[in-house]
Parts: sequence; C-alpha cells; structure tokens
Amino acid sequence: MFKILKKEELSDVVTLFEIDAKHIAKKAQAGNFFVLRIHEEGERIPLTIADFDRDRGTITTVFQKVGKTTYHMGILNEGDYISDLIGPLGIPSHIENFGKVVCVGGGVGIAPVYPITKGLKEAGNTIISIIGARTRNLLFWEEKMRKVSDELIITTDDGSYGRKAVVTVPLDELLNKDKDIKLVVAIGPAIMMKFVCKTTEKYNIKTIVSLNSIMVDATGMCGACRVEVGGETKFACVDGPEFDGHKVDFDLLMKRQIMYLDEEKIAMERYREKMGGVI
Amino acid sequence: MEEKKEEKKEEKKKIRVKMREQDPLVRARNFNEVPYGYVPDEAVEEAHRCLQCKRPTCKDGCPVEVDIPGFIGLIKEGKFLEACYKVKEKNALPAVCGRVCPQEIQCETLCLVGKKGDPVAIGNLERFVADYEAEKGEIKIPEKPKPTGRKVVIVGSGPGGLTCAADLIQAGHQVTLFEALHKPGGVLIYGIPEFRLPKVIVEREVEYIKKLGVELVLGAVIGKLHTVDELLNDEGYDACFVCIGAGLPMFMGIPGENLNGVYSANEFLTRANLMKAYLFPEYDTPIKRGKRVAVFGGGNVAMDSARVALRLGAEKVYLIYRRSEAEMPARKAEVHHAHEEGIEFMLLTNPTRFIDDGKGNVCGVECIKMELGEPDESGRRRPIPIKGSEFQVEIDIGIPALGTRANPLLTKTMQDLKLNKRGYIIAEEATGMTSKPGVFAGGDIVTGSATVISAMGAGRKAARAINEYLKWKYWDVSNLAKAI
Ligand SMILES: Cc1cc2nc3c(=O)[nH]c(=O)nc-3n(C[C@H](O)[C@H](O)[C@H](O)COP(=O)(O)OP(=O)(O)OC[C@H]3O[C@@H](n4cnc5c(N)ncnc54)[C@H](O)[C@@H]3O)c2cc1C
Ligand SMILES: Cc1cc2nc3c(=O)[nH]c(=O)nc-3n(C[C@H](O)[C@H](O)[C@H](O)COP(=O)(O)OP(=O)(O)OC[C@H]3O[C@@H](n4cnc5c(N)ncnc54)[C@H](O)[C@@H]3O)c2cc1C
Ligand code: SF4
Ligand code: SF4
Ligand code: FES
Repeated sequence: MFKILKKEELSDVVTLFEIDAKHIAKKAQAGNFFVLRIHEEGERIPLTIADFDRDRGTITTVFQKVGKTTYHMGILNEGDYISDLIGPLGIPSHIENFGKVVCVGGGVGIAPVYPITKGLKEAGNTIISIIGARTRNLLFWEEKMRKVSDELIITTDDGSYGRKAVVTVPLDELLNKDKDIKLVVAIGPAIMMKFVCKTTEKYNIKTIVSLNSIMVDATGMCGACRVEVGGETKFACVDGPEFDGHKVDFDLLMKRQIMYLDEEKIAMERYREKMGGVI
Repeated sequence: MEEKKEEKKEEKKKIRVKMREQDPLVRARNFNEVPYGYVPDEAVEEAHRCLQCKRPTCKDGCPVEVDIPGFIGLIKEGKFLEACYKVKEKNALPAVCGRVCPQEIQCETLCLVGKKGDPVAIGNLERFVADYEAEKGEIKIPEKPKPTGRKVVIVGSGPGGLTCAADLIQAGHQVTLFEALHKPGGVLIYGIPEFRLPKVIVEREVEYIKKLGVELVLGAVIGKLHTVDELLNDEGYDACFVCIGAGLPMFMGIPGENLNGVYSANEFLTRANLMKAYLFPEYDTPIKRGKRVAVFGGGNVAMDSARVALRLGAEKVYLIYRRSEAEMPARKAEVHHAHEEGIEFMLLTNPTRFIDDGKGNVCGVECIKMELGEPDESGRRRPIPIKGSEFQVEIDIGIPALGTRANPLLTKTMQDLKLNKRGYIIAEEATGMTSKPGVFAGGDIVTGSATVISAMGAGRKAARAINEYLKWKYWDVSNLAKAI
C-alpha cells in the first residue's frame, strides 16, 4: 500500500499526487514511468514520474481525469492509499549536452516533459520550452517550467492566455530562424506529437516523443503496448516509451489508443451512476 | 456365472474411474472448474487398480520422483491425509500438479497397467489427496529451523521460485521473493485459466509459503527497482535464484498483426485471468469479446486461449494449427475438452495475413493449407504450404499463441551472466549454477517453455545447491563450462 502524501488540483481536470514510494524514488530517472492499480478490482494504468525526491522518498505524478480510473483517483485524498505501485519502468531519457534544445509539452504532457527539461538543463543545454493547452485553466506548472528553461513560450488554442496558437506555430518559427537547435522533445496527445514531428521533419531536426499506448503489465510480457517505429514492431513499455518521432507510425498509435472506447464508456457511466453525481 | 463375473471385473479393471465433469455445453459458458474431482469411494476404487509394483516404472516418469505406489497404497487404506503427506515429501504443489502435469507423457505413460488398458489415474489421485487435505486436514506448519544467518533472494514467484523458497526457508535461511506482477504465482496465476486451475489453490500454496516465513515483495521488477548486483553487494544477500519464466510473447511476423483485435495469447490470458476481465465491468480491465475468434497454435497456451474466448461468449472459435492433431504439444485431456466444448480445429493450416476492416480493426484472416513433408530436427514432419490453397476466414479476434521467448529485461542488467543464442540463461542442469558467482537459475528462463513440474524440479535442485554453496561459498563452474 502506498500513501498519498500530497494532493493538489492543478486545473479542473488535472491533479497532482505526491506519493510515498521510497524504493521507486531511489531509482527513478527522468523519462521513467510507473504502473498503478488503485484497488483489487482496478485496472493497471501507466503514469509518468513527473518528479521525485530521493531524500524524502517520494514520487510525484500529474494525471488528467479521462476515465474511470483517473476519475476515481481524483476523489482520493491525502492520507489515502493506492494498492499497487510498480516502477520505475521504461528506458530513462537520454540526457546529454546537445547544445540548444526545444521542449514541447501539450496539455497533461507538460508534466512528463518537465523532468526531462530539468535534466537537459542540468546537463548544460540551452532550453526553449513551449507549453500549450486548449484554454487557460488547463495550463499548469508555468513557473516550474520557467525555472528550468532559458525561454518559455505559452500557447492556448482559444487565446485565453499566452499566444493564440497551437504549439507547432511557435515551434516552426523557432526552427526557421534559429539554426542552432539540435533536438526537439515533445510530449502530449498523439495528434500533437504527430504534427510536431511533421514540423521538425522539414528542418531535419531530431525529435524525441514519448508514446502513451495502452499497457497491461508494462514489463514486456503482453505486447498490448506495441507500436511501429521505423516499420518495426516495438513494445513501448520496455523499448520506450521514448522513440525517434520521425519513425513513429502515429496513425497506428491513435487507432490502438481507442480500441476500448466502448468499454471505457460503459465503465465510466457505471461509475458515475454509482457515485451518484459526485463526479 | 462366476466366470462371467470375474471376466467383467477384469474388463472393468482396464478402465479407469472417470472424474465427473461439468457438461461441456454448460461449462463452455462459465469459468468454473471443468472436472469435479473424485469422491473418496471413487479414489479408493481407482487406487485399487494400482498393482503396487515392486519396481514402479511410473516413478521414472515423474520429474520429482513422487513415491507413486506409496501414496496410492495409502489411499487404498483410506489414509488420505497420510497419502497427501507422502506426495508432499517430493512435490510441494500436488493440487497444482495433479491438475496440470502432462501425465500422459510423464508418470502415467510408464504405468504398467497402461499396457493393457488405461493407466492408473495418478494425476487424478494426486489432486484428490491434495484437495482432501485442504478441505479436511489442518495445514501443518513445520517447526522453524535454526536460523543460519544467511540471506537468499529469489526473483520470480512462478512454480520454480515458490518451490525454491519453500525449501530454502526450511533449511533455516532468510528468504526474500521478488515478483514483478501484483499477484504471486507466475503462469499459474496469469496464464492458466480459472476453469483449469482455480486461483484459490494457488493462493493457498502462496499463503503456506508466507506462513513458513518467506518475505514476498510484489510489484518489484528486478532489473529496474533493484539490480541483482545491488542485492548481492549492497543489500547483503548471499545468493540469488533467478526463475523469471520465458514471458516474451512471440508474434508471427505476418501483415496486420498490430490491428485492433489481434492479441498475443499472453495479453489475452493476462487480461482474463490476472486482471479478471471476464468480470468486466465489475472489474475495471476490459477485454474484447469476439463473436468469431481464431487462435493460432497447438500447445496449452493456444488451448487455454481458445477456451477462454468461448467462455467470453464467442459464437465460433477456430483453433488453427499448421501440423496435425497428433503433433499438438498440449495436454491430451485439454485437447479432448476443447473438442467437447465445440472448438473448431482447422489443422494443417497456417495464417498468412490479417485483414483490416478499414478502421484499424481485424475482420478476417487469410490462411493457407499445409501438407506434411520430411521430419525436421524435432523429429516431427515439417509442414509445407500448398501453393494456391489460400482461403479467408471471417474473424473479429485473432490470437497468436505460438509460445514465448526469454524476456531480456533482467538479464541485460547482468553483464557477466552467460546467455545462449536465444537469450536463455545458461545454467548447470543438476545445480542451476550460472556463470555469475552466487547466481543460480532454473525453470523456463533456462529451458525455454516447459512444464510446471520441471520448473519445480529446477527450484528444488537449486535450493539444494544453494544450501551447499552457503556452507562453503565456493563457486566451481567446471561442469557449467561443459554445458557451454
Ligand atoms: C508511458 C505512459 C505514461 C503516461 N503518463 C501519463 C501522465 O503522466 N499523466 C496522465 O494523465 N496520463 C498519462 N498516461 C496516460 C494514462 O495511462 C491514461 O490516461 C489512463 O490509463 C487512463 O485510464 P482511465 O481508466 O482513467 O481512462 P479510460 O477511460 O480507461 O481510458 C481513456 C484513454 O486512456 C488510454 N488508456 C486506457 N487504459 C490504458 C492503459 N491501461 N494504459 C495506457 N493507456 C490507457 C486510452 O487511450 C483511452 O482511450 C500515460 C500513458 C503511458 C503509456
Ligand atoms: C497459458 C499457459 C498454459 C500452460 N499450461 C501448462 C500445463 O497445463 N501444464 C504444465 O505443466 N505447464 C503448463 N504451462 C507451462 C508452465 O506454466 C511453465 O513451464 C511454468 O510456469 C514455468 O515456471 P517458472 O517458475 O519457470 O516461471 P513462470 O511461471 O513463468 O513465473 C515467472 C515469474 O517471474 C516473474 N518475473 C519475470 N521477470 C521478473 C523480474 N524482472 N523481476 C521480478 N519478477 C519477474 C513473472 O512475473 C512471473 O510471475 C503453461 C504455460 C502457459 C503460458
Ligand atoms: S508430479 Fe506430475 S508427473 Fe509427478 S506423479 Fe504427480 S502428476 Fe505425475
Ligand atoms: S506403474 Fe502403475 S501400477 Fe505400477 S506402481 Fe506405478 S501406478 Fe501402480
Ligand atoms: S504493456 Fe505488456 S508488453 Fe508492454
């Protein structure tokens, strides 16, 4: 059992947990994720380790409420327990001094891009970050991101904060004028990562993305998470989750992500009914 | 008259006492166990078929050398608990082995009675005494042995890891067992379905091992959370037994395999068994309930997948296998059960591609007919495709169940551990010793996919060797060198 030490609502749909998990904190690195199961009947879902504190023995995760499990997590409070927490999983991000790097976080993707940005900054890179969301109150961690970036650009789709644009617009401008950019790291919805890759391809800039395919065991045992990279089948949980974005088949990823749409609806409706309008 | 009666009795002796089973058409729609097991009278009657051979050949067929005439003799006398203890002298998990051992190629194939009729139902009897003990007996917890002060770590809680843990704790060592999943039992819990091996049986065995004092740590992926070197060098463990199974699913490498609706057998069975997706939405994990399902392969994994698909409500389940039924490696009893339940066998058939419905879902599979050619290295006749015989089958779920490979997650963090070409750990057969001092290995990760009882045998041998090693801490791998 793992105790929730801190809960913070980052926006209407995004919540932060700091969880007591000494062993995982000790081993966590930027780019790692973990799997949790809230209770005996629960599903195993993967979430990124958005931050960790080795001294205090805690890991931080930021999740968006999208379905049964994440909505249920939303009603848990400080002091509550999570049944299983398994990690750290996945291959950590490759951190070195590349020179100048652009880090792009879209929506809840801001959380997983943060530890990588921080790592790259600490390794001596010059960092330009772009964070974007549909609207102002879905944005979070602006200050945290600013601290680890040399420049921070904010976009919203509806213009309620920062620039009215999608993240690829400032990205294209940057790549167009600054020929020193060596690497782009982009994490967000699959569709965003796809268009980021389309943009960077034009300039032939290496682009790392983190693939959020559906997972079960997350140890390479089931193949639920399979993705196609460079025409080859890979398991996102053990071969990734980060891959060279220019080689990823995003359309396949998106198709596989909606495989259980019908079942997810049933689960959510049933859960709403059970909770009697609390969520 | 007398003579006739005698003859009839003789005739009857040739036939084993059948275990009563759920009706095939009923059970094909539920997850309850298929056979009911013997009642005491049936067990005694079956036990009387055993000749109590002076030189019992049956024993040679059992990888852990259960004293078969010994325990069957006790059943004859109605001493069921004693019979169970007799089995347990050699086999810590009789309730499991009685149910899942491929007896027809192990103990029972060598039974003398089998020469003239059905061999003695050794597996059924083993299962009977184990269930009897669970129901009637008090589970005896042996007295705690004198602590040796040595610490052993075991990675993987499948049958091999559980057996090794039980043996080592009873030798007085401190034992920690790490398991990657959130439930212990390995394939027994995530792979073999409820209707073949009820999960309470596995849980019971795990409870027993915990009561003996083994520390069980779940959700611990070794190689990620700790490396074996850290455990040995920093955490103070004196030896390590690696028994992580061969859990990497194999796909067929044909077009369309990543379409929605194509599952590896591992994923399909893990969702259904470990995550209890058959109880969705009571349990959160979903699984696609196909109307027309095709499973590819002929082993236990394929048989289990097909029968789970049926129980999830499929109207048609095809078992597509490239050789003929005689070559199927599955347990014979399960092939028979699958037939009874209405699984359609498409033999000498191989898939060539999956067909897309245009929206990313599988809607069919193209297959080709095969014929048997010359025997290959395995001695089985090699199937060869018949040109131009392609045909299509309409399906909405496809499940490749072609076996598994070694998962490199842990082994790639152990640079000084020698692996063979296919990624399996090289270990000495008699001891489990590997090329890395202090590290022993056994089960599927050494042999490739094998059986529950052979993994248990490896766990026991390793426990014995670890016991010796802990006395002297002397690493002699001269025999291993020969194995390489
Ligand atoms: C490596 C990795 C890291 C991730 N990190 C984060 C994170 O930091 N924050 C965050 O909010 N989300 C993250 N996700 C996505 C997160 O796992 C899903 O949002 C979550 O599983 C949804 O579960 P649900 O029951 O609430 O919703 P559901 O209603 O079950 O599903 C909603 C959508 O989530 C996805 N999903 C469902 N089940 C799974 C599953 N078992 N595994 C993966 N995806 C699934 C599907 O695309 C689905 O359409 C990550 C995913 C991966 C693979
Ligand atoms: C569907 C199916 C049906 C089968 N039916 C039969 C049958 O009827 N009869 C029979 O005799 N055999 C059967 N088998 C084969 C048999 O189950 C295996 O041979 C046996 O379970 C092997 O035991 P093991 O201890 O080596 O490994 P496993 O049972 O595979 O257990 C290994 C354990 O190690 C864990 N692990 C892996 N990596 C790590 C890590 N890095 N850190 C921590 N833990 C880890 C795994 O999660 C797993 O729990 C079947 C197999 C399958 C898949
Ligand atoms: S353990 Fe398996 S092989 Fe040995 S006697 Fe029992 S059923 Fe037969
Ligand atoms: S070989 Fe058959 S008859 Fe002989 S002891 Fe073994 S089980 Fe009994
Ligand atoms: S989630 Fe099972 S192999 Fe990746």
